[in-house]
Amino acid sequence: MIYADNAATTKMSRKAIEAMLPYMEEVWGNPSSLYVFGQKAKDALDNARERVAACLGASAGGIYFTSGGSEADNQAILSAAKEGARKGKKHIISTAFEHHAVLHTLEKLKREGFDIELLDVHENGIVSAEQVAKAIRDDTALVTIMFANNEIGSVQPIEEIGAVCRERKVLFHTDAVQAAGHIPIDVQKQNIDMLSLSGHKFHGPKGVGVLYARKGIPLTNVIEGGAQERGKRGGTENVPAIMGMTAALEDACAHIHENTEKILKLRKRLVEGLRKIPHSVQNGDGEHFLPGTISFCFEGIEGESLLLLLDDKGICASSGSACTSGSLDPSHVLLAIGRPHEVAHGSLRLSIGENNTEEDVDQILRAVPEVVDYLRGISPLWKDKFVGKREFLLPE
Amino acid sequence: MALYSEKVMDHFRNPRNVGSIENADGVGEVGNAKCGDIMKIYLKIDDDVVSDVKFETFGCGSAIASSSMATELIKGKPVSEVLTLTNKAVTEALDGLPAHKLHCSVLAEEAIQAAIEDYRSKQGRREGFDDDRRKKTRQRNSPVDCFAEGLIQWFLKHDYAVEGRRRRGRE
Ligand SMILES: Cc1ncc(COP(=O)(O)O)c(C=O)c1O
Repeated sequence: MIYADNAATTKMSRKAIEAMLPYMEEVWGNPSSLYVFGQKAKDALDNARERVAACLGASAGGIYFTSGGSEADNQAILSAAKEGARKGKKHIISTAFEHHAVLHTLEKLKREGFDIELLDVHENGIVSAEQVAKAIRDDTALVTIMFANNEIGSVQPIEEIGAVCRERKVLFHTDAVQAAGHIPIDVQKQNIDMLSLSGHKFHGPKGVGVLYARKGIPLTNVIEGGAQERGKRGGTENVPAIMGMTAALEDACAHIHENTEKILKLRKRLVEGLRKIPHSVQNGDGEHFLPGTISFCFEGIEGESLLLLLDDKGICASSGSACTSGSLDPSHVLLAIGRPHEVAHGSLRLSIGENNTEEDVDQILRAVPEVVDYLRGISPLWKDKFVGKREFLLPE
Repeated sequence: MALYSEKVMDHFRNPRNVGSIENADGVGEVGNAKCGDIMKIYLKIDDDVVSDVKFETFGCGSAIASSSMATELIKGKPVSEVLTLTNKAVTEALDGLPAHKLHCSVLAEEAIQAAIEDYRSKQGRREGFDDDRRKKTRQRNSPVDCFAEGLIQWFLKHDYAVEGRRRRGRE
C-alpha cells in the first residue's frame, strides 16, 4: 500500500508508541490522585507540557491538552468571543477556507449575533496581512486564520498577520493543525496569541491535541468538569496519548529540515509528473506551501471514482469532490480559491510524508495519468469538450 | 465494511456496455457538470426491442455502477418493459447503495427514460410515455443548482421514496 494521505492522518511512529506504553503498563495512575503513584503521572504530564512548550517557543503555562485540533479550535474561538462580547466587541475576522472546526464554530457565533467576516483567500489560497489590517475594526474581538490549509497546503504569512493584530491589539488565533511538526513554529516570534494543534498529523496518536493560549488570555471551558488543565478543561487527562503526542512532536520538530528536504525531492517529481496531464491545474501557492501537500484538479472527471480506482492500485489519497465530502457541494476550500464546481469535482489531494519513497512516486505517476485517462474515456463531459461541443475550463 | 457492495464495485471496476452507438435510435443525457454527474445513454432499437445499449458517465463510483447495471437490465427488453424500469430496480440489482448515493440510481432511470423519449419522438409516437416525468428530468437537466438533487436525496434518505415519487407524479 502507498499511503499518500498524510494530511488526513499519519502512521504513529515507533517513538510515539514507545513513549505511550509505560503510561499504560506501569504509570497508569490518575494524575489528580495525591499518592505517589498518581503524582508520577502528574510529573509526566508536567514534563510533557514543558516539552511541547519548547517545541512552540512558548511557556509551559500556556499549554492546555485537549482531545484534538477540533476541540482546541472551538475553545480558542469561543473564549475570544466571550471575552470580546464582554467588552462589546462582536466582530471576528477569518477566512473562507478554514477547517470546519473553525467555520462551524463561527457559524454558531453568527447565530448568536456575532459579525463574522471571511476574508478572500485568492486563487493561490493566501490571505495577506494588509487584508487583515484593512478588515480590523474597533469592535474586532478576534482574528483566526489557519497556519496552513489542509486541502491545498498554502501557508499563510502568519508572522505578519500576527504583527498587525499585535499592533491593533486584537487577539490572534491560528489553527496550526497541518503546520505543527512540518513548519517551524515560534509563537513569540510569530506573534501568535492562541494556537491549535493535533497529535495525529505528525505521527502521534489520534484524539489528543493542544491549545496554546498566551498568558493572560481568559479561556472559557468547552468541557466542564474537574480542575484538570488549570480548571480550563475538565476530564482525566489522556496521559498515554499526551506522552505519545509529545514524543512525536519533539521528533518531528527535531527533524523538520531533513524531513522537508526529503519530502521536497519527492514532491518535485510528483508535481512535474502530474502537470503533464492535460487540462489540469495545481491548487495552492507556488512559493508558500506545506512540503507534503499536493492538490490538483483534472477536468472532465469526478474525484470519488478517481480515488476508488487509485485504491484498487493500492494508493490511498483524498479528494474534495462532493461525493467524497458527503454533501452536495464540492470542497469549500476549492470553491474559495475560485475553482468552478465542475472543476472542483475532479480534485485529487496527495499528501506525502518522510515515510514515502521514490518508488511510491513512480507508482503514483504511473497510476494517476492512467486512471484519469480511463475516466475521461468514459466521460460524456470530457467527450463534449474534446469534440468542441463544450468549452474547456482549464488550459491544455 | 466497504463503502459499496461487491456488486457495485464489480460494475464500477468492470462497467458493462461502456461506449457510444453511432446513429443511435435514441440518446438520453441527464445530470449536469455542476452537480458532478452526467449520464448519457445510447439505444439501438429494432422492432421496439432494445437490441443494443451503451453508456457514458461522468460521476462517482455509484454513478458509473448504476449506469452499467441499468444498461444490463434493459438490454434485449421491449421498449414497453424498459419504460417500467425504476431506480429501485437498479438499486436492488446492485445489492443496495448508500443512502446519499441513491440519486445515482435515479439518474440512471432518468437517462434511460430520456433516451426512450428521444426514440419515440424520432418515431413521432408518444404513447406510454409519462410527460410529467420527462418534465422533471428536464428541470434537473438544467444547471439551476443541485437543489432538486438535494430534495430527491432527502426523500430517499428518509425512506420517503414512494411518497417522493408520488409527489413527483410518478405513481
Ligand atoms: C486544519 C485542520 N484543523 C483541524 C483539524 C481537526 O483536528 P482533529 O482531527 O484532531 O480534531 C484538522 C484535521 O483534520 C485540520 O486539518
